[in-house]
Amino acid sequence: MPRLPASAAALFAAPRTPLARSVLTALAIAALLLAPFLVDALLGRAWVRVLDLVLLYTMLALGLNIVVGFAGLLDLGYIAFFAVGAYLYALCASPHFGLHLPFWLLLPAAALVAGVFGMLLGAPTLKLRGDYLAIVTLGFGEIIRIFLNNLNAPINLTNGPQGITLIRPIEVAGVSMAKVHTIGPLSIPSLYNYYYLFLALTVLVVFISARLQHSRVGRAWVAIREDELAASASGVNTRNMKLLAFAMGASFGGIAGSLYASFQGFVSPESFGLMESIMVLCMVVLGGMGHIRGVVLGAALLVTVPEALRYVGGWQRSLLGEVLVEPSDLRLLLFGIALVLVMRWRPAGLWPSAIRQREFARTAGRGLDPGPGPGQGPGQAGRQERPH
Amino acid sequence: MLSVRAMALGYRSIVAVRGIDLDVGAGELVAVIGANGAGKTTSLKGIAGALPVRAGSIVLDGEDITRLPVHERVRRGLSLVPEGRGIFARLTVAENLDMGAYLRRDAAGVLADLDRSYTLFPRLGERRRQLAGTLSGGEQQMLAIARALMGRPRLLLLDEPSMGLAPLVTQRIFDTIRSIAAERVSILLVEQNARAALELAARAYVLEGGCITLAGAAGELLSSDAVRRAYLGE
Repeated sequence: MPRLPASAAALFAAPRTPLARSVLTALAIAALLLAPFLVDALLGRAWVRVLDLVLLYTMLALGLNIVVGFAGLLDLGYIAFFAVGAYLYALCASPHFGLHLPFWLLLPAAALVAGVFGMLLGAPTLKLRGDYLAIVTLGFGEIIRIFLNNLNAPINLTNGPQGITLIRPIEVAGVSMAKVHTIGPLSIPSLYNYYYLFLALTVLVVFISARLQHSRVGRAWVAIREDELAASASGVNTRNMKLLAFAMGASFGGIAGSLYASFQGFVSPESFGLMESIMVLCMVVLGGMGHIRGVVLGAALLVTVPEALRYVGGWQRSLLGEVLVEPSDLRLLLFGIALVLVMRWRPAGLWPSAIRQREFARTAGRGLDPGPGPGQGPGQAGRQERPH
Repeated sequence: MLSVRAMALGYRSIVAVRGIDLDVGAGELVAVIGANGAGKTTSLKGIAGALPVRAGSIVLDGEDITRLPVHERVRRGLSLVPEGRGIFARLTVAENLDMGAYLRRDAAGVLADLDRSYTLFPRLGERRRQLAGTLSGGEQQMLAIARALMGRPRLLLLDEPSMGLAPLVTQRIFDTIRSIAAERVSILLVEQNARAALELAARAYVLEGGCITLAGAAGELLSSDAVRRAYLGE
């Protein structure tokens, strides 16, 4: 594993003294609160929007992390739950049906409805694992998208491929997210409002994820991921726990979806394709499956890097007078390369959990020391050797 | 304690076990021996609840558990150590043992039992922070048994504990099984290693082609001509 320089390592290492710890925490909180102002001043308003999207995708990726990272259920149609949340909000807070239900009602409703959809997907796939499950979930994701695309006839439910426009912006306690607010000398534009709302909800989602991970439920999920029969032989109700994983993951996706709908003001089926599912899966896998901080890092990288690549087009034009390589093509190329490199050099993700780090360190160490340990039988590798 | 009547099991169109009767008394160590494909593991899966029973009944302490899912049977004191050990490879030894106590709410008792596991298996104690997947085959088998014991089972189902292990390691595992039985835990042991199993058990069943062809005291089976010829290579 590549070694970090000492200073960087010190940054990531847990601070030893309580004082250092609280100073770092305070700095982190201050950085998060000031982020939109700093980013706006340094990089421009467009990047505040990117910041908002980072938070949105973090919520989405953390939801998928429950299903894939914790419970080990490979879900390739996860974006469907994002779509369910987005359309629920869009239909209930836009002129399409003339409904204008409040945000505080729609957010839990999105979580609930997406959760129900999660169980709908989970129930028939309980006996499937690995690639079989991946194929069914992929199909599920496409079914949802195709339904959204075609449910404009005979009754116009979703407005088909045109999507739904003029979605009402979120209003929290009478404060509209779309308006500029002034507090004393500070003027807080709409993108900032969304940032703080998303930040609060992301913190909540991170908190719930962390609590889940160390709860009885989290342990049951991990046991299912490792060995389903052994999990049930330990007393885990594998059926209910898998359904719960699907439902919880989906509800996070639903929440993110409803926020997305109001943030964009527009939804259409093409935002919820297979590539989007794969993108969210990449965030989880690249960052560090099952590790919350890793997943946050993965989401941040996969949202910001493509935005940064937009500059490459401009550079090409100013240097060469024309755009030789489209930034969007470059994006896919770089993602491909990044995935290959990460899988080769950091198979547990960019920022894996401590235990995964140990695991891969051990496998690497094994190649150097093939000598059997004491008491190691010759049939050591015989786990699945003999059919019975 | 456990009584199985006319239990039949199979996979799709294949019938693997054709109506077997089997009993395990309280505190008894009973072995099921047989060749590859005789239906030993299938029978054990049926008793544990991992495979639906097609016909017959399974009664544990007077309660019919034939239709109960695996985890409900665990709750009633029936614990399976799966074939091929089935440890949680990417969890540490301590975390594996902790999962074994998943259904228990008595934190103090769990802690005491954890200590007991490390006394019974000192090697696990030495490696408690190590990932279970990095243990040797014998250690993994010990871990699987120790994990099952963490649930305080009354009946332990052991599926081929000697599988893929060196003779010396197998001997150590069997010594451990003997000491567990001495603590009044009933054990149903499925084994291909007929001699070791018959030397350990009080009673035994011989499974052939999905049917029980012989049953009786382990000592008698050990000296019976049919068993000697078919399973002990004499």
